[in-house]
Amino acid sequence: MPNLKDLKNRIASVKSTRKITKAMQMVAAAKLRRAQDAAVAGRPYAERMNAVLSGLAASVGKSDSAPKLLAGTGSDQKHLLVVLTAERGLCGGFNSSIVKLARAKAEQLIASGKTVQILTVGKKGREQLKREYSSHFVDHVDLSEVKRVGYANADGIASGVIDRFIAGEFDVATLFYNRFESVISQIPTEQQVIPATFEDTGETGTVYDYEPDQEEILADLLPRGIATQIFAALLENGASEQGARMSAMDNATRNAGEMIDKLTIIYNRSRQAVITNELIEIISGAEAL
Amino acid sequence: MADTMQFDLVSPERRLASVQATEIQLPGADGDMTAMPDHAPVITTLRPGIVRVVSSEGTTEYVVSGGFAEITSGAASVLAEHALPVSEMTQDILNGFAADAAEKQQQARPEEKDVTAKRVADIAALASEIGLASS
Repeated sequence: MPNLKDLKNRIASVKSTRKITKAMQMVAAAKLRRAQDAAVAGRPYAERMNAVLSGLAASVGKSDSAPKLLAGTGSDQKHLLVVLTAERGLCGGFNSSIVKLARAKAEQLIASGKTVQILTVGKKGREQLKREYSSHFVDHVDLSEVKRVGYANADGIASGVIDRFIAGEFDVATLFYNRFESVISQIPTEQQVIPATFEDTGETGTVYDYEPDQEEILADLLPRGIATQIFAALLENGASEQGARMSAMDNATRNAGEMIDKLTIIYNRSRQAVITNELIEIISGAEAL
Repeated sequence: MADTMQFDLVSPERRLASVQATEIQLPGADGDMTAMPDHAPVITTLRPGIVRVVSSEGTTEYVVSGGFAEITSGAASVLAEHALPVSEMTQDILNGFAADAAEKQQQARPEEKDVTAKRVADIAALASEIGLASS
């Protein structure tokens, strides 16, 4: 049986852990709000961009002159997996679930004889994938210095990816990130970005005039469309990270509370046992006289 | 004929403006253009420049660093990478644009030289238009 002093220390330490997890939960809640606002604020741009591009893609996409970013290279031998994860841990299964999805995809591609390259964004994903796939790594984007993810970050990632595509390093690029569903549910998602795909908005197109011509506009817009998709993914991921951290820390706080209750009971019991023991010793001492 | 049209100015990070406008002047890549209600549907790319929006409350001006505009008979949306009201424009931000463009020009592949050179020139023109020094 642990002695009273040890128990007391233990209770104190769990209490301070609880304070930390509680604080982290509150911070995550505040950050989550901001992240959600950012995701909502980014939506109009992404929606317009998607609508215009899907219209353009539908009219130009079939022709032979369609840009490679849209039509693809005609092969799918070389794959680039862009894995977006968090810079920090303590957010439940957030990072692991993305990595798991990416790993499954990588296994499947490797098994079918394709070449796999991995580009990681965020330290945690890199750490988890390093053991098995370090030979497949092509690049890593570090966002740990970035307080708020901006469009410029997404643009940087996108132009890096597009440069590799133009250089012929890969045929298909897929993004892995967590789509934000709610605080308790984030859905690991894979999304193909190159060759570019756009959701069909169902808007039956107004016939537009294009200035300059369609091909030029498409060539100009496609990289931006890809950057926008990456940006949207980063925002979703940011909100998901905070949501996951919030619920993980909520759980931790609750567990710490339960543990404190349990330890307090043990502490009180052993304290009573000590008192009872002392009483028995005194009484039996008195009787012996 | 409607006398106003919906005008939206959005950047990837936020929506800057959403107003009923009577007239919108855009810095199109192939030349300035003005959109008024019942304009024919057009999609055009924009060069760095100033978007002027005339509404019942007066004229508002925004600096955009390029992007594109979608005009339909009842609405115009400008999607810009960076956009901000002219009043918030500072030398620092302008220098940022210019440095960015200059860097792109350095790295440009040969077939892109024309485009990037034009961009540098456009930013210089923008600078003189709003009375800031072009670096």
